[in-house]
Amino acid sequence: MANSPTQFSLLSRVLHWLMAAMLLAMLFIGVSMVASLGNYHRLVAIHRPLGIMILVLAAVRLANRMLTTLPPFPPTMSRQERFVASASERLLYTLMFALPLVGWGMLSAGHYPIVMFGPVHLPAILPANPALYAVLRKTHTILAYLLFLTFLGHLSAVLFHTLVIRDRLLNRMAVWPVRSKNNTSQIQGKTS
Amino acid sequence: MNSSEPNQLSETSPTALHGAGFILGLMVIGIVAAGIASSFLYAGGWFTPHDLSPATVVDTFEQVNGQHPGFRRNHAKGVCVSGYFESNGRGVALSKAVVFLPGRVPIVGRFAFSGGLPYVADASSTVRSLAVLFKLPDGEEWRTAMINIPVFTVNTAQGFCDQLLASAPNPTTGKPDPAKMSAFLTKHPETAKALQLIHSQPATSGFADSAYNSLNAFRFINAQGVVVPVRWSTVPTRPLEPTSHPSPKLAGTNYLFDALIADIHARALQWHLIITVGQPGDPTDDATLPWPPDRQQADVGTLTFDHVESEDTSPVRDINFDPLVLPNGIAASDDPLLSARSAAYSVSFTRRESEHKSPSAVSPTEAAK
Repeated sequence: MANSPTQFSLLSRVLHWLMAAMLLAMLFIGVSMVASLGNYHRLVAIHRPLGIMILVLAAVRLANRMLTTLPPFPPTMSRQERFVASASERLLYTLMFALPLVGWGMLSAGHYPIVMFGPVHLPAILPANPALYAVLRKTHTILAYLLFLTFLGHLSAVLFHTLVIRDRLLNRMAVWPVRSKNNTSQIQGKTS
Repeated sequence: MNSSEPNQLSETSPTALHGAGFILGLMVIGIVAAGIASSFLYAGGWFTPHDLSPATVVDTFEQVNGQHPGFRRNHAKGVCVSGYFESNGRGVALSKAVVFLPGRVPIVGRFAFSGGLPYVADASSTVRSLAVLFKLPDGEEWRTAMINIPVFTVNTAQGFCDQLLASAPNPTTGKPDPAKMSAFLTKHPETAKALQLIHSQPATSGFADSAYNSLNAFRFINAQGVVVPVRWSTVPTRPLEPTSHPSPKLAGTNYLFDALIADIHARALQWHLIITVGQPGDPTDDATLPWPPDRQQADVGTLTFDHVESEDTSPVRDINFDPLVLPNGIAASDDPLLSARSAAYSVSFTRRESEHKSPSAVSPTEAAK
C-alpha cells in the first residue's frame, strides 16, 4: 500500500480536465441552441462534431480508467460518501457514452444526414423511424439535464472537501504533480 | 456527502472548518452551484419564456391554426413525389457540390400549400411550395424548401410571427382583421413593398406550372474556393396556364392536388434548376428584396418527378426539409431567416413525430388515380 499513488495518472488528469471543459461547453451549447433562432445553425454545427469527439475521448478514457492504478480515497471520506462518489463516477461515464450515442441515433432515426464538417459525415446507426426519433429526442434532453445535475453534485462535493474539510481531495486530480502529504488513507479506494 | 461527522471509516482533517467557517464554506459552494445552474437555465431561455424562440414561433402557428397533431405546423397539406435530378455539369463552375457533377441523382419531394391547415380546401390563391431532397451518391444530402412567390414577405422571424398573428382569422367573422393587417404593414414597410412585387407577378393556375424560389440567399463555393452569393429557382418546363375556376368536374377540396396527380400519372413533370448569381452589394440578408433582373443565371439541370404518393404511405412525410441540410459546396448566407427556419422546422418536426398520425387529406387511393 505504501506504493499507491497520490494522484490519478497524468493521462487521466489531462483527460478529466479536457473532457470537463468539453462537456460543460457541450451542455451550454445544447441548452442555448434549442432556444436560439439566430444562432441555432452555428451552434448545431459545433454540437454534432463536438459530441462525436466526446464519444471518442470517452472510449479512450474508459480504457485508460481500466488500465491505471487509482489513488486511494482520502480518510476523510466515509463509507457512504465513497459509495456515492463511485456511483456518480459510473453515472458520468455512462452519460459520456449515452449522450453522443443517443444524439447520433436520434439523428439517424430522424432521417437526417450526420454531418461532421465539409463533406465528412457519419453513417446512420438506426433505421429512420418517427416514433424512435421522438423517444430518442426526449431521452437526449433528459440525459443532458441529468448530466448537468450530476456535474453540479460532483463539483459541489469536491468543493466541500477542498474548501471546508480541507483534505486536499482536489490534489488527486490536479494537472500539476502533487507530492504525498501523509494524508492518504491506508484503505485502497476501489474507484475514484 | 455533506457529513463531516467522523465514523470508523472517515476522520476529520486537522485543518477542517468548524462553526462559522463551516457555514461560510457551505454558502460559498451553494453560491457557486446556484450561479452555474442559473447561467445554464438562462442560456436555455428559462428566464425569458416570452422571448421569440423556435418553440414560440411554432406555438404561434398552433395558436393561429389550432392543433393538428401529427402534421407539419406549416405547409401542412401536401403530397409526396419522387424522381431524379439530371445535372448538365454547368453548376460545377459555381459549386463543388457533388450534385452538380454531370449525371443523375435520385430526388424526393413534396408539393404543399403554405399554412398550417392539413385539410384546407385547395385554392389557386394560396401560396404553393415545393420541397426537394437530393440524395447525393456519397451520402450527403441537399434539402431545399421553396415557394411560388418571387420574394418572401418578411425578413426576420419576428416579422414572420407578427404577420401570422396579423393575418389570423377573427374567430367571429372568420376573416382576418383589416385593422390588424394595416397596423402590421405600417410596422413592416418591407412587407408592404414585397407584397406589391408579389402581386405584380402573373398568377399561375396550379402546382405544375409554378416556379418555386429559394427566396433566401445561400453561398456557393467552387473547387477553386471562389464563393458567390446565390438564390435558386425551379422553373417549370410546362408553360404558365392562366388561373381559371375549376370545372365542376374537378371542383373539390383537393382539385389542385388531383390535377397534379393526374399530370404526373400522364407524364413526368419537369423543372429547370436555375441558379441566380448575385453580385457584391446584392442583399443576401433580406429575403424581401429582389436582386436586379440582369443577374447571371445558370440552368444547371432538370428535376423530373415521375412518381406521386399520398403522405400516408410515403417516407417523405417524415422528412424535415430543413433548408440548412446542405452538401459541401453550398453554405448558408447571412440571412437571419435561414437559422430561424432551421430551428423552427426542427421544433415542428419533433412535435409532429411525437404525435399520433392522422390520415392526410390526399389519400393513397386519390394519389393512385
